[in-house]
Amino acid sequence: MLSKRLVSCLDVRDGKLAKSVRFVDTKDIGDPIEKARTYYEEGLDELVFYDITASSEGRDILIDVVERVASQIFIPFSVGGGIRSVEDATRLRLAGAEKVNVNTAAVQNPDLITACADAIGSQSTVLSMDVRRAEPCDAVPSGFEIVIHGGRTPMQLDAIEWAKRGEALGAGELVVNSIDADGTKEGYDVELTRRIAEAVGIPVIASGGAGRPEHLYEVLTEGRADAALVASMLHYGEYTVGELKQYLDARGVKMRMRF
Amino acid sequence: MIAIVDYDAGNLRSVERACRAVGVEAAVTRDPETLLRADRIIFPGVGAAPSAVASLRASGLFEALGEAWAAGTPLLGICVGTQLVLERSEEGDTPGLGFIEGQTVRFAGLDPALKIPHIGWNAVEIARPHPLLAGVRDGDEFYFVHAYYPKPAREDDVYATTCHGVRFCSALGRGNLFATQFHPEKSGRFGLGLLERFAKWSGTAC
Repeated sequence: MLSKRLVSCLDVRDGKLAKSVRFVDTKDIGDPIEKARTYYEEGLDELVFYDITASSEGRDILIDVVERVASQIFIPFSVGGGIRSVEDATRLRLAGAEKVNVNTAAVQNPDLITACADAIGSQSTVLSMDVRRAEPCDAVPSGFEIVIHGGRTPMQLDAIEWAKRGEALGAGELVVNSIDADGTKEGYDVELTRRIAEAVGIPVIASGGAGRPEHLYEVLTEGRADAALVASMLHYGEYTVGELKQYLDARGVKMRMRF
Repeated sequence: MIAIVDYDAGNLRSVERACRAVGVEAAVTRDPETLLRADRIIFPGVGAAPSAVASLRASGLFEALGEAWAAGTPLLGICVGTQLVLERSEEGDTPGLGFIEGQTVRFAGLDPALKIPHIGWNAVEIARPHPLLAGVRDGDEFYFVHAYYPKPAREDDVYATTCHGVRFCSALGRGNLFATQFHPEKSGRFGLGLLERFAKWSGTAC
């Protein structure tokens, strides 16, 4: 039986670790590789590096970060942020990323998902989606709307429909990030996560809003997520990887406890 | 020197990096001669069986692997590499290397709540001891990414099993061959340990 996964996301800006609150106010909080190495040694199951750098010089730094991570950390890790083409995806994969996350560019050009799946495999193609609650309407019947450009542009696209379409186009996994919950530490959007997890046959990683261990428990049980993504809970030293996994294990969630 | 068989099957450098991390010298090659001169061979793989076999045949690596197996060179299969040491894969009805009798089959008839591909960390149960599994305990978890699994014909060839709706063979071997369905290079310290032991392995099951 598969274990549920504890995943941590490191936002990287110009090669440094940053943390955003509701997608704005990013500040640098350390060396991403040092953090990643610590989490790996503590038994983290998977890592996500999210590049929030705008400049092209920053992109080269990201490749360097990925290569350094790949030579020190032997668990799966994915990279996302600003991936616009199959070439971007292939370059990151060759640098050592197990998976590549597409987001905004996939909404603008859904064929990118299929092209990535063909080039690097479905298992390595992750569709990351930013979702905000909205008034249900014809275009967004579920009341969960896809937004792009890091949360700035609503798309009149229903998140449940987009998740299903992403799967059909070849995505092997979904990251579902609630913009309403992101950075609040008040808990994941459990309803959003559950509705998407029930709509697709591929694994779902819940993201946004984790502040306490019970939030992870809720989203991995009631929310039916396969993995829970955490950031500030770990980055600021409030909890360790081991504490979170022990909490979940003690409540009957199957976790990888020996490593 | 360990040769890592390169047949356009995805991220081979992760295997090379993992070997380097445990102080083991390994190099990716697609040259059959280099393969035949190697002390040991890692046969990895991510991707589809039909294209993997086509690529192995086009480069002469298919025959070279057969020669190395017959010569007793220690061989480690990983994921699709493991699936191809059997006689045949259901994936595209592909003939394999046939070092071990059996087939590679697709997960089928599972509870719909169980997802395919089987992706993530899952436990192994040891079926019989093997030097490459020294120190691995029942319940230790490794990282898997696959939709097909190996099904050796002979029980004696099964060294570990894993459960995903069905209990399947997650490590198999015979003589100078050992092969895992999971990815040691992505399985943290347990996986690195297996690579380290492979680098010192005599090439026999005891």
